[in-house]
Amino acid sequence: MTAPSDPIFTLPRGVRLKWDAVRACHVLLGPERALMLDDIGHAIMTELDGASRVSDIAARLAARFSAPVDVVQPDVADFLAGLHAKRLLEAR
Amino acid sequence: MMPNPPIAMLAELTHRCPLACAYCSNPLDLIAAKQELDTETWARVFAEAAALGVLQIHLSGGEPAARRDLERLMAAASGAGLYTNLITSGIGLTRARLEALVDAGMDHIQLSLQGTNAAVADRVGGYKGGFDRKMALAEAIADLGIPLTLNAVMHRQNLDDLPATIEMAVRLGARRIEVACVQFQGWALKNRSALQPTRAQVTCAKEIVADATERLSGVLAVDFVPPDYYADYPKACMGGWGSTGLNVAPDGRVLPCHAAEIIPGLTFPNVRETGLAAIWNDSAAFNAFRGTDWLPDACKSCARVTRDFGGCRCQAMALAGDPFAMDPVCRHSPHRAKVDALLAAEGRNEWEYRMMPARKV
Repeated sequence: MTAPSDPIFTLPRGVRLKWDAVRACHVLLGPERALMLDDIGHAIMTELDGASRVSDIAARLAARFSAPVDVVQPDVADFLAGLHAKRLLEAR
Repeated sequence: MMPNPPIAMLAELTHRCPLACAYCSNPLDLIAAKQELDTETWARVFAEAAALGVLQIHLSGGEPAARRDLERLMAAASGAGLYTNLITSGIGLTRARLEALVDAGMDHIQLSLQGTNAAVADRVGGYKGGFDRKMALAEAIADLGIPLTLNAVMHRQNLDDLPATIEMAVRLGARRIEVACVQFQGWALKNRSALQPTRAQVTCAKEIVADATERLSGVLAVDFVPPDYYADYPKACMGGWGSTGLNVAPDGRVLPCHAAEIIPGLTFPNVRETGLAAIWNDSAAFNAFRGTDWLPDACKSCARVTRDFGGCRCQAMALAGDPFAMDPVCRHSPHRAKVDALLAAEGRNEWEYRMMPARKV
């Protein structure tokens, strides 16, 4: 099942964000996985609201960080598609 | 220098288990029920683990469902802020217990699979009716929407069923499958010659895994634990000794890996007497093989040293008789010929079931 071209990604049950006070960083926790997120990864993950498409998220982040959307969007898409391939996100 | 904090903890709640799997990797000497940590002590250890930096806890065994307080232990682990994973054969669980575990905060289940049909699975597990009960439980897991990993333990006598195994994971709604080729530790070492896959099986399995990984991307994540005797280079056991994970045995002893008891000269501290942070940071057992300074020169000068850390210490002990040796699986090991000789010699189909002491007559 390949994700649609501009999907809505959502966090499934059993995958969640957590602030790791010991390491002072945000982590994404899922089955047998713990991914340390940098600021950009965390910014992307917190944009997942169950309704936004990748293009919507990229547009908001581009505005927030004053960066060109055509640079931001491929990075956001790659990051989220990678998590989807690991089954840490649902796509529709 | 202080080590980095651990990410994962394996809590071996009990060694009791209704199955008698020939491939069991628990030690030859099992801990008796009366020596097990009680509920309150486990709860304290979970809180200490979270404070130390552990993010994920695996509640395992033996069969963790053999603990009548499993639901309370789950609540304690979840309440400590840990991501909770239940590693189970499914035997001893019911839909009602699953619901209670979900209420207690269970995040994920890892269900073991001994075979894709009752004939194979019940023979491997030595438990008649086990397969049917497992399948009924898998349906309840799917119905309750609990995130599921299927842990398919593979060896010579079921590796040919790998395609059916992967299809079963999809059918059961699993998000992830671990194609876990038997690691020869503990009891499994006794049955190595009946369990070691053939080279042809391994080659075929790798192709099937590569195909499934691509074909099922976004449906099923496929993780492959290869049979490392056939590998050219060793696995980075535990991601490096004392670097990412720790094991608490049913009696409270803390081990850097669950087979570490076979290494002579190590004393494992117990959570009944020592705090988990002190054990992780300061104990001789956890510092014994940390980093790379203790390794043979051939490892220290190898480009792979920061990838595999010289491989598995328990395997070096089991095959080379020296826990400080290069893992004998490595192509550069002076003991590699022993591994090749084992692969050439093994090939019987009988095995010895893992019996609980109480079941011996």
